Amino acid sequence: MPVPVFDVREVSFRYHQVTALDRLSLAIEPGKRVALLGANGSGKSTLLRILDGLVFPEKGLVTFCGESLTEDRLQDPDFAYEFRRRVGLVFQNPDTQLFSPTVFDEVAFGPLQLQWPKEKVRSRVEQMLEVMKISHLKDRSPHHLSTGEKKHVTLASVLVLDPEVLLLDEPTAALDPKSASQMVDFLIGLRGGAKTVVTTTHDLDIVEDVADHCFVFQSGRVVAEGAPADLLRATSLLEQTNLVHAHRHVHPSGEIHSHPHLHSHQH
Amino acid sequence: MNFVERTLSSFVNAMERALYAEEHAKADGLLQRLDPRIKVIGILLVVIAAAMAHKLWVIGAAFAIALILAVSSRVSLAILTKRVWLPVLLFTGIIALPAPLVISGREVWRLPWLGWPLTAQGLASASYLVTRVETAATLSVLLILCTPWSHVLKALRVLGVPVLFVVILGMAYRYIFLLLESAHDMLESRRSRMVGELPGPERRRLAAASVGVLMSKTLQMSGDVYSAMLARGFRGEVYVLDDFKTARLDWIMLAVFVALASGVFYCGR
Repeated sequence: MPVPVFDVREVSFRYHQVTALDRLSLAIEPGKRVALLGANGSGKSTLLRILDGLVFPEKGLVTFCGESLTEDRLQDPDFAYEFRRRVGLVFQNPDTQLFSPTVFDEVAFGPLQLQWPKEKVRSRVEQMLEVMKISHLKDRSPHHLSTGEKKHVTLASVLVLDPEVLLLDEPTAALDPKSASQMVDFLIGLRGGAKTVVTTTHDLDIVEDVADHCFVFQSGRVVAEGAPADLLRATSLLEQTNLVHAHRHVHPSGEIHSHPHLHSHQH
Repeated sequence: MNFVERTLSSFVNAMERALYAEEHAKADGLLQRLDPRIKVIGILLVVIAAAMAHKLWVIGAAFAIALILAVSSRVSLAILTKRVWLPVLLFTGIIALPAPLVISGREVWRLPWLGWPLTAQGLASASYLVTRVETAATLSVLLILCTPWSHVLKALRVLGVPVLFVVILGMAYRYIFLLLESAHDMLESRRSRMVGELPGPERRRLAAASVGVLMSKTLQMSGDVYSAMLARGFRGEVYVLDDFKTARLDWIMLAVFVALASGVFYCGR
């Protein structure tokens, strides 16, 4: 049995008086694409920050490839360097992640902080901009980008380090359908590769495309886990965790009623 | 136009000006083609020389240099008049106004009705102040209009400005626009629910509340930005990439700037 990339055991975290995670436990296997499902405020983003070593739990233990992930451990320059190179987090709000004056500077930030040689940084950044098809944006300021462009830049700024683990916080949030579809296509492209991908979302339409395994969150705990197809059939679970809703709709026959359901596109 | 609309209008103007500056920095002019470091050093030398000059005609010559640079860099004189010369004349003029009245010396005129004497030394002193500021402001604005702001900041490193300072200024510039947008959205939402003019105390309360909300958003955002920096390897030291390469024109222009600054300094002693 391979060592989990992340092993989270009985982790609790609070923001002041508000409990974000409550004795949460889960393990993420290497090479897997995992989705963390849950409504707003269920603790998904908080867990991602804990997995990325940005905040630390009040109780419980988190390990990364068998090593404890603690604040003290990250003070060790060698460990911190390796960790930051191997794990990349794409934040939900791209404006918090785009803090450099230009797109080129933004993508170059990570490699520069890891003290790569400048020539290597330049060539790698140019290459990444080409791969993400955003070379035409390289001299632009972030405040001149559309939301979709910002998301592409934030992704490029993390992928430039070629991390083994990718943490994505609501990658399709606030994107128009076309941009969201492009993002999902990109995530589908990671299937079968060596990367471990952890995606948080409450968009059930994309779960089967972006994940092989899901954890369902509610009130800071994992209440279910399994294959996407199995979980998406558990309507009562999805309704209980506010992942589906009931709304009034009209059938072609003219009948009007409401019941909880998932929207799906059948071909 | 009421208070909210005026404030919104000023936000939009600020964003438009920043956009104009960024577009202008891409134009095909003399200053735009130069290495930012050469521009920073050259313009700074001329500004210092003009500030130290003790002869009005020498300061005038430095101003003429600024005009030639503006024309050759395709900067509109109308824009310079509106954004630099008139505001500087107004504000510096107000500061310089008392000088002819309070500085003692040879009387050249008396104000009608009031009978207050204006002295030659006072008028000269006021003229020196206004012309020095106009020249320095013109050259500084030319530097900013003809150079992307991120390049100006990086070029400051050639003057020994610490990297951290440059990075902080760059981030501040980046996030000012985000905060302008937030403030704009807040006031627009307020405007959509307003009828008529706000009374004075209500305007002041709105301004104070807006400042408070923006401060709160800034504090939260700064924490998130710090987390984003940590997530990509930041550990206290910052490293930036300088992509500047000098060409023959840069060295020629540096020599020209040094010669001009030396001439202004020598003649203005």
